[in-house]
Amino acid sequence: MKLSNAQIAWRAAQDIADGSYVNLGIGFPEMVARYSVEGRTVVYHTENGLLNFGESPREGEEDWDLINAGKRAVTLKPGASFFHHADSFAMVRGGHLDVAILGAYQVAQNGDLANWRVGSKGVPAVGGAMDLVHGAKQVAVITEHVTKDGQPKLVEACTFPLTGVGCVTRVYTSLAVVDIVEGRFVLREKLAGMSLDELQSLTGAPLIAENVVDLNVPEV
Amino acid sequence: MDKTIPSLAAAVADIPDGATLMIGGFGGSGAPIELIHALIDRFRATGSPAKLTVVNNNAGNGRIGIAAMIDAGMVAKMVCSFPRSSDPRAFTEAYLEGRVALELVPQGTLAERIRAGGAGIPAFYTPTSFGTELAEGKPVAEFDGKPYVQERWLKADFALVKGHLGDTMGNLTYRLAARNFSPLMCMAAATTIAQVSELVQPGGIDPEQVVTPGIFVDHVVEVKNPQQEEILIREGAVH
Repeated sequence: MKLSNAQIAWRAAQDIADGSYVNLGIGFPEMVARYSVEGRTVVYHTENGLLNFGESPREGEEDWDLINAGKRAVTLKPGASFFHHADSFAMVRGGHLDVAILGAYQVAQNGDLANWRVGSKGVPAVGGAMDLVHGAKQVAVITEHVTKDGQPKLVEACTFPLTGVGCVTRVYTSLAVVDIVEGRFVLREKLAGMSLDELQSLTGAPLIAENVVDLNVPEV
Repeated sequence: MDKTIPSLAAAVADIPDGATLMIGGFGGSGAPIELIHALIDRFRATGSPAKLTVVNNNAGNGRIGIAAMIDAGMVAKMVCSFPRSSDPRAFTEAYLEGRVALELVPQGTLAERIRAGGAGIPAFYTPTSFGTELAEGKPVAEFDGKPYVQERWLKADFALVKGHLGDTMGNLTYRLAARNFSPLMCMAAATTIAQVSELVQPGGIDPEQVVTPGIFVDHVVEVKNPQQEEILIREGAVH
C-alpha cells in the first residue's frame, strides 16, 4: 500500500499556489506539471533560460533550440521569456522562485539533501541541483519513502554526498507528507491504512506527530 | 569596422595549443557545430590546437561537436556542470581512462563565474555548494548570518558561439533558448568568434533587439542553415 509516482506528483501539485513561479527538477519532478490544479496559473522556470514553457510538441514538430533543462523539446506559452544563464540562476539564488521540487536519494531531519551522486565511482555530474536548493521560498522533495531494498530515505544524517545543507522544507513521499521544522521531521499527513508505528519503522529518524491528517490522493 | 571573416577555417586559425576555449550551447541548443568541426578539421590536418581546456555546460554527445573534439584527442580538460548526455561515450571513456581531466562546477556557479570573468569581478560569494564536496578548499564567509562559498571568475582565451542574426560590427541575437551561456562567454573571452545564421549590415538589427553588443565580439562568420546537434545525434552522425 503506497502512492504511485503519479500520485506523489499529484499531491505535490495541490500545494502550488496560483501565481507561483516554479522549477521542477529533471525526471520524476517534471511529472508535477501534469497535475497543475485547474484555474491556477503556474509559471515554470527552466535553468537553461526560459520562463513559461509548456508541454512537448508532437514528434516531428520539435525545434531543438527550444528545450528545457532535461534537454526535452518544449513549447512556449503566451507570456514566455528567454534570458541568459546568469539571469536564470539569479532567479534561482536571488529568491525569486516560489517553489523548487527535486528528487532525492536521502533527506535528513535537518533538511540536508543528497540527490546528485551515491558514491565516488563513475562520472560525477551535478547540473543545477546545488543552485536550486538555495533561494526558492519552498524547496520540496518528492520521493519514495524507502529505497528499492527497503532502506529509509528520510534519515537522521545523509550518508551520500550532499547537494545542500539544511535546505529542504517539505517532503512528499509514497506514504506521507513531512515538513522539516527546526531540525525535526514533522508528520503532516499519512496514508489512512498505515499506523504511525509502521510509518516510523520505515523512517530513519523520529517523526513528530501532532494533528496528523489522512493523505488522500485520487487514482490518477 | 568590419569583423566578418570569410571562412570557418580562417575564423579558427589563430587558436593555439593549450588555449582555454568557452563553447556556447546547452546540449545541442546553441552549439556552434560548424566552428567546432572546423577546429577539429584543423587539428586533424596540422596536429594543432591540442591540449585545450573546454568550458561548456556539458561534455559532448555522440560522435560530433565537443564529443568529436574529445575523440580526436584535442581536449586535456573539461570545465562543466553536467558531463552526461544521451550518448556520453566520448567523455566517459576519456575521463575514466585519465585522458581528460574534469573540473565539475554547479551550473549557476559556472554561469556566474563566466559572467564575473567578463565583468571584471575576480571573485564572489554564493550559497551554492556550501557544505558539499564541491566547496572543499574554498574560502567560506558569513553574510547576514548565512554561510557563503567564495568562487573565482572564469575567463578564456577564445569563445566560440552561435548567434542567429549578426551584423558586421559583431552585434548578435540568438534563437529561442539557444542563447543560454553565449552572451556570458562573449564577455569572458579575450577573443570571441561568432558564427551567425544570417549576416546583416549595421542597422540590420533593431538596437532594442541586440542581446550581445558588438563590443564583446571580435569575429563574425556567416553559416547559413547551421546544423542542429540534436538532429545529427539522432541520425548517428560522426565527425
